[in-house]
Amino acid sequence: MAFNTKTQNKQQPDLISNRVSSIAPSGIRRFFDLLASMDDVISLGIGEPDYPTPYHVREAAISSIEKGYTNYTSNSGMPELRQELSVYLEKLYNLDYNPENQILVTVGVSEGMDLAARALLNPGDEVLIPDPCYVSYAPCVVLSGGQPVMIPTCEENRFEISAETVESLITDKTRAIILGYPANPTGAVMPREKLLEVAELACRHDLIVISDEIYSQLVYEGEHTCVATLPGMKDRTVFLGGFSKAYAMTGWRIGYAVANEHIIGAMTKIHQYTIMSAPTMSQVAAIEALKNGEESAAEMVADYDRRRLIMVKGLCDIGLSCFKPQGAFYAFPSVKNTGMTSEEFAQKLLIEEKVAVVPGNAFGRCGEGYVRCCYATSLKELHKALERMEAFINRYKARN
Amino acid sequence: MLNQVLRLLEDDGRLTPAQIATMLNTSESEIEKLISKAEEGGLILKYKAVVNWDKLEEEQVWAIIEVKVTPQMKAGFDAIAERIYHFPEARTVMLVSGAYDFAVVVTARNLHEVSNFVTHKLAPIEGVQGTTTHFLLKRYKEDGVILNDSGDSRRQKVVL
Ligand SMILES: Cc1ncc(COP(=O)(O)O)c(C=O)c1O
Repeated sequence: MAFNTKTQNKQQPDLISNRVSSIAPSGIRRFFDLLASMDDVISLGIGEPDYPTPYHVREAAISSIEKGYTNYTSNSGMPELRQELSVYLEKLYNLDYNPENQILVTVGVSEGMDLAARALLNPGDEVLIPDPCYVSYAPCVVLSGGQPVMIPTCEENRFEISAETVESLITDKTRAIILGYPANPTGAVMPREKLLEVAELACRHDLIVISDEIYSQLVYEGEHTCVATLPGMKDRTVFLGGFSKAYAMTGWRIGYAVANEHIIGAMTKIHQYTIMSAPTMSQVAAIEALKNGEESAAEMVADYDRRRLIMVKGLCDIGLSCFKPQGAFYAFPSVKNTGMTSEEFAQKLLIEEKVAVVPGNAFGRCGEGYVRCCYATSLKELHKALERMEAFINRYKARN
Repeated sequence: MLNQVLRLLEDDGRLTPAQIATMLNTSESEIEKLISKAEEGGLILKYKAVVNWDKLEEEQVWAIIEVKVTPQMKAGFDAIAERIYHFPEARTVMLVSGAYDFAVVVTARNLHEVSNFVTHKLAPIEGVQGTTTHFLLKRYKEDGVILNDSGDSRRQKVVL
């Protein structure tokens, strides 16, 4: 009986490891629960393409299943896929990675990030992470026993990190920097010169850079700089790439990590014991995407760009100032002039107008005062969402 | 630029010049000019809705009719085509390569009307050798639009 009462208790800190308990439950859980219970919501809260995977990619996977390719692959991934990745990186960035021991096929960038953190961190090691940023970075560090140290960024500096701030946060415990540009949730892209300064710091302080470049193909203004191509960086960069966004393949759970053979060796060790190998049919799909997917990817990117311009202009027209995103598929308007916090804004907008956006504080303290609006949604829905948001803001203005 | 404008309008004829200008990062007046020119020059013929008629409980029959002809000496195929396309029942008339010459898409209220069209209007045209009528059973895609697409319901409501 005593046991029973204990398990009925919602909070069981003694049952769960200290490490997992230490990760704060997402503050916006309530908001998501509310959303799940509502109908007819226009959601700008979805961080994935609205397209299904290009048909030729789906077909390649279907055909491989029909032929019975349903076994485990090599732990590191199918040799053909690693070979294609090596050719791809060579062609795109002039980077030379050996498919034998410097490329690992992962279950998305998500797994790559976890592996990198676990392979590199000792208890207490500090990892610098831009704020705001994608939600998984800090938890991955914590779960690996590391200590996240946030690098504040702001709209005035286009949500780019500055070498000066980074340097001020470096201690003798700093082990790595996580970069994620083009960025979720801000759409920021780091200009090459600024990235060079950060790279120079990494070299000087002997830091590893874990670079999440999953949105590298989704850049509309400026240019994406691959961190590993910067002087001195190839050997100290864990480059994480994926298929989820550019090829609309989120559900396939497939991505890759490239780095020097020591790091990839260590990451492969964890991967081998915890995952075995990435889904076989997804690896076949990834090969098809790399070989023949460029055209469909380019079409989607052109479409996101048009929606981006509509979204940003639409937000500005209804009175929300919005940093002009240069990459990814998110707009990150400020809601400060409404006098509401991000969460208040998101919650009221959802209840009153049935439009879902994600409160910026879900992505870090520096995201407070902003909301993330994903524009990977049909133009029709975007226009409808903007109309509802306009009604919301006008009503709010009238009240005050 | 013109090409991009046409593509956008072909996908959604209700886009305003202002919206197109925003999407293509140019001025509204520039887009207005391009569209007027395209309309005047016959590049844009008409704006219309793509209707999923199957959703309406009203009976409607569609048929694709293959038409074989002997081209007349002087005017050739064009003269016969003209006689066919003047019938309001003919929704689309195309000259095609292969075993027959014209593909004609016909809409009517019922089977009887289609057969009437074929026997009393199409077949008697001078030069028409024979016809084969295919009645449409089910429509899957219309003008680039998949008719029973599940749309966005595949995605979760929120993904960080
Ligand atoms: C910045 C960023 N990194 C990684 C991921 C996850 O990618 P994957 O599907 O490859 O695990 C996402 C997905 O939203 C993302 O936005």
